[in-house]
Amino acid sequence: MSILIDKNTKVITQGITGATGLFHAQGARDYGTQMVGGVTPGKGGTSIDGFPVFDTVKEAVEKTGASASVIYVPPPFAADSIMEAVDAGIELVCCITEGIPVLDMVKVKQFMKGKKTRLVGPNCPGVITPGECKIGIMPGYIHKPGRVGVVSRSGTLTYEAVWQLSCLGMGQSTCVGIGGDPVNGTNHLDVLRLFQADPNTDAVIMIGEIGGTSEEEAASFVKDYMTKPVAAYIAGVTAPPGKRMGHAGAIISGGKGTATEKVAVLRDCGISVADSPAEMAQALLKVYKP
Amino acid sequence: MNIHEYQAKAILRKFGVPVPDGHVAYNSAGAREWAKRLGDGPWVVKAQIHAGGRGKGGGVKLARTPDEVRNISREMLGMILRTHQTGAEGKLVTRVLVEKGCNIANELYVSLLVDRATSKVTVMASTEGGMDIEEVAAKTPEKIFIEHVDPLVGLTGFQCRNIASSLGLTGKLVGKAQQVLHGLYTTFIECDCSLLEINPLVVTAEENLLALDAKFGFDDNAMFRHPKIADMRDYDEEDPKEIEASQFDLSYISLTGNIGCLVNGAGLAMATMDIIKHYGGDPANFLDVGGGATIERVTEAFKIILSDKNVKGILVNIFGGIMKCDIIATGVVAAARQVSLSVPLVVRLEGTNVEQGKQILAESGLDIVAADGMADAAQKIVAAVKGAN
Repeated sequence: MSILIDKNTKVITQGITGATGLFHAQGARDYGTQMVGGVTPGKGGTSIDGFPVFDTVKEAVEKTGASASVIYVPPPFAADSIMEAVDAGIELVCCITEGIPVLDMVKVKQFMKGKKTRLVGPNCPGVITPGECKIGIMPGYIHKPGRVGVVSRSGTLTYEAVWQLSCLGMGQSTCVGIGGDPVNGTNHLDVLRLFQADPNTDAVIMIGEIGGTSEEEAASFVKDYMTKPVAAYIAGVTAPPGKRMGHAGAIISGGKGTATEKVAVLRDCGISVADSPAEMAQALLKVYKP
Repeated sequence: MNIHEYQAKAILRKFGVPVPDGHVAYNSAGAREWAKRLGDGPWVVKAQIHAGGRGKGGGVKLARTPDEVRNISREMLGMILRTHQTGAEGKLVTRVLVEKGCNIANELYVSLLVDRATSKVTVMASTEGGMDIEEVAAKTPEKIFIEHVDPLVGLTGFQCRNIASSLGLTGKLVGKAQQVLHGLYTTFIECDCSLLEINPLVVTAEENLLALDAKFGFDDNAMFRHPKIADMRDYDEEDPKEIEASQFDLSYISLTGNIGCLVNGAGLAMATMDIIKHYGGDPANFLDVGGGATIERVTEAFKIILSDKNVKGILVNIFGGIMKCDIIATGVVAAARQVSLSVPLVVRLEGTNVEQGKQILAESGLDIVAADGMADAAQKIVAAVKGAN
């Protein structure tokens, strides 16, 4: 067991005939993920490297039985692709695309209200349940099956945490990259809820960064409802205010969303916060005995 | 991306938001001429730089005659204006906005932004115009009024009237407020703003509403569909190193320390700055080379980092996932040779093909310090830079 995805998950790739989409579809298939096809408008009926290509998500779902999709469509068209997947009844959509206009995402969020689809991302590395299913761009081999859940806004920082865990012999149940955009589908709190309910997750590492209040909301859930130990790291103690630090959402505005403020709130809520990004796994060991 | 006040007002005018009559001028004779064309005085001369607090720094002045407009403009153009937002180095004034004065009866505040918690565009209004809104929010939050906008419906008439009523506007000012708020919302949506702030929005003695100042922030991700707005970018207002970096799709932000950083991934790049600080050093920059770091981009990144004369050492921190470590190592070696690197270089590689990567660095003959893990890397570069001083 795990959250969101497992070995039975069937996945389609939206934007499969693009270089990035195909490359990562192949990588996921090599990892053992059931990659059952892809969508590129206008190329339906063809196939690419053994993947059947469809014109629409609706058709791809009908023909392949896919319940998850991963999106590598360029930013101007990505919001439409998300809504297409939602409309086709896909249960889990991972949008990897970076650079989607925020007002497009505002519309997408409203469009998704009342629908059953969960969106992860955009601007994220994806989701992986080690040894079972990999959806996204993360390097599979650094992961190890196990019982620690990881949730993060940053891709490479997730790899860093996973690597630290794997090196100390702690495998992962599922790792979720929620993405660095200000308006996204799934936040820290949503993922913590899933980990808390998952019988195969024993502890969680939560990685956050400056900007917004997603980490603070998750922390108050940890305090009130979570029985599993949680460690955290917040990036951006040295970030200057008013500057966008790579991620569109990583910005301190009006003195709000500083790392120092977040760390204080997290500690108040009983979370073991690492002082340095090199100590994420050790911070977890302070509150969790594997 | 930011724009100047005169550009902001031109956009607002186009969307039906009332602003004072005015025109930009690049020399004092032009300023005088525009004052005469705008009609009777008094006029306000406003220095155009991308920073707030201009009034206190002497960048906003009242003129009674066209000659006075000319004299004030002459003083302002070419001056270095220092405000609490520009820092000590200040900013060079190369253009002024000449505007007709107005009779202010009351000052209000209105802004629009994307609220992350609700994922909606949010209108924020306050009776405390002309004040710093963060201060109002901290001290008197009851004076701030908020309406969240359903993106599929848009800002509704009743929401506008709610805001007008909260602001204490009555009579014909209610209808005028509705027009202003609709105009601002349309501007926000049509221009893909990230922030639109009118502070102050004034009520004139003649019972009109006027946007006296305007601050825009735009969503960089959406500029591909707004070429005219993208053209308003004023390169003189930005750090030349940041401009250079943006041309190579590198995400770079200049800081004040002496340890240059080259990292893949925004989160890891921030964390790298933090760990340098954690071990007593001071980062010189944020730099994310992105996922597809080619030799060319790594070289360019090195050049940009080294163009900062404060840099006394460089830390390269790469977690090679899809990007293989041997390719990164080849890039680092080529770049170090090309720029004839003369400061200490510490490289931490992890991930795919890490052993080949380390071998390439070791066999390069260059003075590269290899590190195991982030903590080791940070300690090594901090020590190297301290030793050099």
